[in-house]
Amino acid sequence: MFRSLEFGNCLLFGIWDLEFGYWNFVGGQMDLIFEGIKKAFYLLITFDPEVMGITLLSLEVSGIATLISLLIGVSVGVAIALSGFPGRRLVISLINTGMGLPPVVVGLFVTIFLWRNGPLGFFEILYTPTAMIIAQTVIAAPIVMGITLAAIQQLPPKLRLQILALGATRLQMVWILIKEARLPLLAAVMAGFGGVISEVGASIMVGGNIKGYSRVLTTATVMETSRGNFDIAIALGIILLLLAYLINLILTQIQQRERPK
Amino acid sequence: MSLNDSKPILEAQNIEVERGGAIILSVPSLLIGEGEILSLIGPNGAGKTTLLQTLSYLLKPVQGEIFFKNEKVNSKPSVFEYRRKIAMVFQEPLLFDTTVFGNVASGLKIRGMNRMEIRNRVVEQLDRLGIGHLSGRSAKTLSGGEAQRTSLARAFAIQPEVLLLDEPFASLDPPSRESLIEDLESILRQTRTTTIFATHDRLEALRLSDRIAVMNEGRILQIGSPEEVMNHPVNEFVASFVGVETILSGRVIKKNGGAFVASVSGQEIEAVGEGHLGETVLLCIRPENVTLSTRPSQEGTSARNVFPGRIEKIVSLGLYQKVQLNCGFPLVAYVTHHSLENLSLQAGREVAASFKATAIHVVRRKEKGAQKGEMG
Repeated sequence: MFRSLEFGNCLLFGIWDLEFGYWNFVGGQMDLIFEGIKKAFYLLITFDPEVMGITLLSLEVSGIATLISLLIGVSVGVAIALSGFPGRRLVISLINTGMGLPPVVVGLFVTIFLWRNGPLGFFEILYTPTAMIIAQTVIAAPIVMGITLAAIQQLPPKLRLQILALGATRLQMVWILIKEARLPLLAAVMAGFGGVISEVGASIMVGGNIKGYSRVLTTATVMETSRGNFDIAIALGIILLLLAYLINLILTQIQQRERPK
Repeated sequence: MSLNDSKPILEAQNIEVERGGAIILSVPSLLIGEGEILSLIGPNGAGKTTLLQTLSYLLKPVQGEIFFKNEKVNSKPSVFEYRRKIAMVFQEPLLFDTTVFGNVASGLKIRGMNRMEIRNRVVEQLDRLGIGHLSGRSAKTLSGGEAQRTSLARAFAIQPEVLLLDEPFASLDPPSRESLIEDLESILRQTRTTTIFATHDRLEALRLSDRIAVMNEGRILQIGSPEEVMNHPVNEFVASFVGVETILSGRVIKKNGGAFVASVSGQEIEAVGEGHLGETVLLCIRPENVTLSTRPSQEGTSARNVFPGRIEKIVSLGLYQKVQLNCGFPLVAYVTHHSLENLSLQAGREVAASFKATAIHVVRRKEKGAQKGEMG
């Protein structure tokens, strides 16, 4: 079979080997993928220490970041939702903007702050998991804040009065309102967690992707892929996919439960 | 003003509430007796909700004081203590996203009651409101009537000393409303809970209240017993709002099958409906159902209620004339301009007024326990 494909020097060489060369080439590529997947499953099934280490660190860093942004996000979100003050509108639009903040920009700012000669340089936490937690918190907090704000504002306006009429203290009222909005708040946490565990820009910039120290799923995948180590890269990718699926599963459950009757 | 011998449990003095620079509520003085049921009626925007919310201190007045059992409610701790002794039910049920049991228990949980006691109280209230079978259901699956009953059960569970209801039946369909009003009436009479409720339904107010307050534009125009307010409206607005129905209070003295005879100011009026001997009923007669005649006696008419009377006043209402009579009891009739002329009706004239027994709307009111020691 003779086909003429003009792609440039490399492929021309391949074509000359036509019958063999062409098929061999494709076979080589497919081989790479199959081998990669096989090795990936092997790594996963045998709980390869490096892969597991990276996964655990990912969960730890993103987990802590999500937890902190939960605390900050819910308290600020509830406070703003329930109060009126001059400039409230501006603050709310800032939060909404923050929800769409590009992670690399966050990485840039956190790096500047933690840089040796920067304002918080003396802490010397650049290129540590702590820095990654900070960056991921900055990314996730506005998301939790914004969704919490919207969720609380969507509760029936007289509900607050009814709760107070039942004799609740301000604190009890806030707690009851949070419980009432628990589903959207859970969605907020999932959205925050999903956002930070899959982000790579800020994590590489402030973490440095140091082996066994600040290397997480996303940053490791970038590195291994660029080196052509598809087996590890695919293994890490599968784990990321699984996490994404789990998060989505929970979000879908929430959404279905929330459907009006 | 009939407070009887009950002492004021709640008192509001010089209340003024502002919103957006305008005064939306102005109440110089309001006293509410213990165990009384007071209803606030008036058009939308009259200030009924504002007054209720101010009385429960959910709204802060720019001036004025609220006294609960003679103690001023103003400092933070006293407001809080006061709020824990009262309960408010709104037009929407405003239930929490949990089970019916959880909702009814919420007020008690807020007060830190222990589980056993909560369980007892909640079950008691659920039974009382007839929703015991719904205990484990999610609040989201309830019908309008069931939800409102849950809201009421939640309020009663805390055993409030004052109950405030803001148009609680307004969003219910007629059968649910009727059923709930009946049940609520029994509970209120039984527990003798001081109740203040806002409604735009005159008949509701008539049936449940000891006193009615007519409100408009943030002021109370008139306050008194239902008969007083309905039969002697203090101005045109009150008159037009409460309707110009004649409302007579009578005692049932005879029963004839599906009808009964009530004694009203010494006269006997026959009405169709249920009534127990000795029971006090309210008879509402629409003015368009009253016929006037200048002939001394009526033969061959199916109207059983014929009373001689004297015209006190005639007022023109545009399309027809409103004739106010005194037949030993006050009676209002509508006649057309034409009839007025034909019969040469004028103030001072003696006429015979008649109305059919079937044209009377009977309101039966459950009796409170007459003696103090009665448990009901």
